[in-house]
Amino acid sequence: MAEVKIKNLSKRFNLDSPLAVDGVNLDIADGEFLVLLGPSGCGKTTTLRCIAGLETQTEGEIYIGDQLVNGLPAGERDIAFVFQFYALYPHLSAYDNVAFPLRAQNLQKDEVDQRVQQVAKLLRIEKILKRRPTGLPSGEQQRIALGRAIIRRPQVFLMDEPLTNLDAALRTDMRVELKHLQADMATTMIYVTHDQTEALSMAHRIAIMNLGVLQQVGTPLEVYNHPATLFVAGFIGTPPMNLINCHLNGSNSLSDESGAFTISISEIQNLKSKIQNPNAPLMFGVRSEDISVDTAEGAGEVRGEVIVREPLGDETIYEVEIGQNIIRVKTEPTLILNTGDNVGLNFAHDRIHIFDAESQKAIKF
Amino acid sequence: MVNSGLTQNNQLDKEHSGDKPLRVRFRWLTDNRMSFLFLSPTMLLLLFIAIFPLIWSLRLSFTDWSVIGDAGKIPEPVGFHSYGTALGLGETRTEKRVGVEVAERFAITGQFVLPTVIIELLLGFGLAMLLNRKFLGRGLLMTVMLIPMMLTPVIVALYWKYMLRTDIGVINYLIHDIFGGPRIDWLNQIKIAIWALVLADVWMWTPFMMLISLAGLSAVPKYLYEAADVDQASAWFKFRHITLPMVTPLLLIAVLFRTMDAYRLFDQAWVLTGGGPGGSTEVMSFYLYLVAFKDFETGLASAIGYIMLIVIIALANLLIRKINEIADEG
Repeated sequence: MAEVKIKNLSKRFNLDSPLAVDGVNLDIADGEFLVLLGPSGCGKTTTLRCIAGLETQTEGEIYIGDQLVNGLPAGERDIAFVFQFYALYPHLSAYDNVAFPLRAQNLQKDEVDQRVQQVAKLLRIEKILKRRPTGLPSGEQQRIALGRAIIRRPQVFLMDEPLTNLDAALRTDMRVELKHLQADMATTMIYVTHDQTEALSMAHRIAIMNLGVLQQVGTPLEVYNHPATLFVAGFIGTPPMNLINCHLNGSNSLSDESGAFTISISEIQNLKSKIQNPNAPLMFGVRSEDISVDTAEGAGEVRGEVIVREPLGDETIYEVEIGQNIIRVKTEPTLILNTGDNVGLNFAHDRIHIFDAESQKAIKF
Repeated sequence: MVNSGLTQNNQLDKEHSGDKPLRVRFRWLTDNRMSFLFLSPTMLLLLFIAIFPLIWSLRLSFTDWSVIGDAGKIPEPVGFHSYGTALGLGETRTEKRVGVEVAERFAITGQFVLPTVIIELLLGFGLAMLLNRKFLGRGLLMTVMLIPMMLTPVIVALYWKYMLRTDIGVINYLIHDIFGGPRIDWLNQIKIAIWALVLADVWMWTPFMMLISLAGLSAVPKYLYEAADVDQASAWFKFRHITLPMVTPLLLIAVLFRTMDAYRLFDQAWVLTGGGPGGSTEVMSFYLYLVAFKDFETGLASAIGYIMLIVIIALANLLIRKINEIADEG
């Protein structure tokens, strides 16, 4: 068990290719469950593989515990890696696969057996220990791969999208199991995924990456409630945050280009002082659950026309057109609106976000 | 336009057929029949150059007909007599000699096929392991290494005939003049001549084994090796438990091809050693040729041919069964 420190990590695969990982700094506490989240190609897997020693970073330092592991091969870093495609040895039985890391350490046969049985019980794979992995359902292959990872009691677990190849129901189960497993073992875990549900539900902290750059690190609620960049705002949350191009309009309001969307914010004085150039393009952001619909005539901060209705059972999402903008609103399923209805929208002012459209960063107020 | 076209067609139809239009007259020509028509030239060709001779030779194998002595006569069936003779059940002295010869030739063939395929497998797989990485000039090197495989066997044999000569051959130059060994008369010594055939065949067909092995090696997923790295597996473990099991099925298919091919070796034996010295390199195909076209024992030769066929089918089936077993294990 150990903490992991990443300092200024950069990775370039070829001399002329762009940086796959661009100056990532990350401190992961001992026993923490950290999820690296981002779209495919954002550099999250490369970061993980650098930590594992499966890739060599172009620049930067990686510490596991107190040890600088830059030059160490994967086998000497005392980590366990779970691969997206499980990477089980096809010609070894489930038992031998799980036992393998212990045998590589020349442990006594009795202890190997004892620990394999222990792990098998934990992961509920006792019955398939004698079978070879090929031909087993993917969920069980995944358990064997997990077994092989946890049996050595490594300092750090590294997991590369381990649940991606499971079907939806199994994925939900395994999510819970993995969370329990990590909590029980209290081992540092770095977990890569592109699935925000996985990240939000399992992580102690989430590190969100895009285009090789670390965007934000924070607890699930922090990144959800206070996205630091436009990317995080658009990536986290279903449906994604409503984002509207706008600019400061006079002293206390924001407007889009046509003026169809105009909203007065009492905090505007405060806001104005945060912006160097009052004419700079801004992004107004608000989550669909922070908007309420007012059907009374002429009511609401802004008014628009309902164009799409998505009933999801426990909630209904309406798309409302305001000038050239489309705003998604999450409502109670009991509220029935028809397309073409003209409705008013009110925003929860303590939960709105304003971003600098050029620097892409959130403006705090 | 459309209308006038139609009218024209109708007129054409009528001109050539009297009353009925073409589409009525050719109603029998369904898609199925049409495809059969297109296929028929190939089928006929195949029938005459492959299927008919096969059946005819099967018939001849049950006679004692000779293409020279019995030309013009109708072959007389003698049952399994020729098969009996070939398998050493003959009664006369000549027949008994044939039985002994066939057994000897099978042994010679085995002495050629077994080392050839094993050496080709080991060398080819070894080369593939070496080539299974990125390095400068890999493409060029591979192309060069594949050349022997693309040459005509007779040409290869001619090369080797010169290279193996005692006076001007480069092999003996290497052995004698460079390493100080004795000159070896490769082609005229009873126990060595067969190895000259092995040598030429290994040179020619190792690239084939290499190619197939390379295909197998590059199909092994990289993450398996990475998992083994994380688990501190030794290089031997990676080879034994990842590489080998993953490429074995493909290697066995290559072995199957090479075994079948080496089993019917003729060209190199003909050019390099001419079956000599003392018949020590008369592999089965070569012996069969002698029986058929020197002794003109057409019936006997056909029987021997079918025995060869049965043997190779049996061998191939053993290998295929093994391949399927491995494939089932998964």
